[in-house]
Amino acid sequence: MTTNNYNVNEQGYYGEYGGAYIPEILFNNVEELKNNYLEIIESDSFKKEFDELLKNYVGRPTPLYHAKNLSSQFHTNIFLKREDLNHTGAHKINNALGQILLAKRLGKKRIIAETGAGQHGVATATACALMNLECIVYMGEVDIKRQAPNVARMKMLGAKVIPATSGSKTLKDATNEAIRDWINHTETTHYIIGSVVGPHPYPDMVTRFQSVISKEMKNQLLEQVGKENPEFVIACVGGGSNAAGAFYHYLNNENVKLIGVEAAGKGIQTGHTAATLTIGKPGIIHGSKTYLMQNEDGQIIEPYSISAGLDYPGIGPIHSFLHDVKRANYMHVTDKEALEAALNLTQKEGIIPALESSHALAVLTKLNFKKTDTVVVNLSGRGDKDLTTYINYLNQNDYEK
Amino acid sequence: MKNRIDNLFQKKEENILSIFLTAGYPNINDTLSIIKILDTTDVDLLEIGIPFSDPIADGPIIQQSSMKALNNGMTLKVLFEQLQSLRTITQLPVLLMGYLNSVMQYGVEEFYKSCHEVGIDGVILPDLPLNEFDNTHKALAEKYDIKVALIISPETATHRIKLIDLKSSGFLYLVSSNSTTGNFTAIKQNSYKHLTEITSLALKNKILIGFGIKGQQEFEEACSVANGAIMGSSFIQLLSTSSNFEKDIPEFISIIKNSKS
Ligand SMILES: Cc1ncc(COP(=O)(O)O)c(C=O)c1O
Repeated sequence: MTTNNYNVNEQGYYGEYGGAYIPEILFNNVEELKNNYLEIIESDSFKKEFDELLKNYVGRPTPLYHAKNLSSQFHTNIFLKREDLNHTGAHKINNALGQILLAKRLGKKRIIAETGAGQHGVATATACALMNLECIVYMGEVDIKRQAPNVARMKMLGAKVIPATSGSKTLKDATNEAIRDWINHTETTHYIIGSVVGPHPYPDMVTRFQSVISKEMKNQLLEQVGKENPEFVIACVGGGSNAAGAFYHYLNNENVKLIGVEAAGKGIQTGHTAATLTIGKPGIIHGSKTYLMQNEDGQIIEPYSISAGLDYPGIGPIHSFLHDVKRANYMHVTDKEALEAALNLTQKEGIIPALESSHALAVLTKLNFKKTDTVVVNLSGRGDKDLTTYINYLNQNDYEK
Repeated sequence: MKNRIDNLFQKKEENILSIFLTAGYPNINDTLSIIKILDTTDVDLLEIGIPFSDPIADGPIIQQSSMKALNNGMTLKVLFEQLQSLRTITQLPVLLMGYLNSVMQYGVEEFYKSCHEVGIDGVILPDLPLNEFDNTHKALAEKYDIKVALIISPETATHRIKLIDLKSSGFLYLVSSNSTTGNFTAIKQNSYKHLTEITSLALKNKILIGFGIKGQQEFEEACSVANGAIMGSSFIQLLSTSSNFEKDIPEFISIIKNSKS
């Protein structure tokens, strides 16, 4: 492949975004990762172990499914990349397994993670159970309530779930707590960040672990439609890891339109939103320079989305960069539009998507496709965890009728 | 006029006590009134914390004071307005301590300029990376005669300590242990003796130890290995419980300083 000018540079930046804005206490840990991650993940022994796990434990490659009913609804050719069929139900396991293998090679005994929807928490708890490592997951108090099934799974897997009770009690606050834990346990602990956020090298490392998504997409498209490149790749964006993975191998193919979808919450003008690129401006959050939702004084604004996995006031620096240079186009979708899209997919294709992934599906109504276009939607996760939300929505709909 | 931090260390090299307070805490107008009281005590140096919504290096005590201050309406703009009269109140050296995002949104040059205009002597920005210090902050801080005290930790490698020492000005901030602020249990087992390896290096800057300095005993121990120490969380704790600052603050300081003045 030709050199990728959308990649992170030597200093850890994508254009002006990224970097490592961390207290000195974390310097050794972040430096250790930075100096070792590429060598480790490109080594044969790592690749062998990782690929084997992805194949036989996670169930990869995940199918690329030609959704015919959806295709005829939108008069184009829609394919779903079925990350929902991964073990544990979302793309998050790709990264959690990659990082746990890395942590083991770095001799870390204690694993911490933050989680929003609980998918990354479950993935990390799963990886820790498999590798017999201590696992502590920070989760916002609000999210613990709205994603109860995942909390139960994490506990059953042997993880300790610690509620984050500061701020909006969601993903941002869970991340703050995880970073504080790391500061207090630098020697023993590896922090498995769940998205393409945080200080360099995390954004690049997580992108690489998730890039298996677009790698498989290329092969599968070649097999099914006779060409590697679709016209569109669509993915939801919380921190942006499933999107980064789905975009990665297409970044240099400028003909492939890359669409990231953020959560508008109740609407971008309502003050209840998580559409970072639309209402945010560059700043520093969780060790990275990137767009973030903040007031004039630089205080981070509490985000809102019905989807716990998208309820985050920042965004991975790679997306800030792709947005600025217009390589990717970022749209936003309200709670209601996402719920409708979830219901639509369920009834048209018999697939219950995660609320996060439903945001990606919801832009199908907003884009203009040609009949001949090939459109890939990354179905990042399954909807089991969101059943309560879906059922409430259905009941309300019945009530309104 | 020479920078007040340099002046201080020229006159005095031992038992330096620096007190950290959160701007706008417990009430929005307390910043200066607390400083006024501190000015009457044996405190040597002051650090005013710029409250931030997501202070990742801080434990619960400073987190809560920051949250309260923000709810009180404190912003960096308001703080600089309050500090207009700083120099009619005290001649102590004063630093601002805060997270980089606050500075970035205010504007980096504007920030150093405002510091200069109100008589701030130095800044501490725990999440400022060295490359960004070199590329933007260093020149601006020098232009406005603001010291940038950089931070090292017990696990910072010696070659890096020397590098940071070369870049740091005012003093070198040595974090007592790998911990967030206000973790009073983190250092119990080994006290501060392990820090002598660092404090006995031949360094350009004076060293102040911060994080987890709870009371008189910890202050004394820290002073036995470094030039002085910084107290934050335990002072904030006092502010949160005291109903009589005029009485309690001088009492608190005199207990800390004991016979050590
Ligand atoms: C199913 C699913 N999709 C998407 C996300 C959002 O994360 P990211 O933007 O990193 O892919 C989450 C996060 O929890 C998730 O669970």
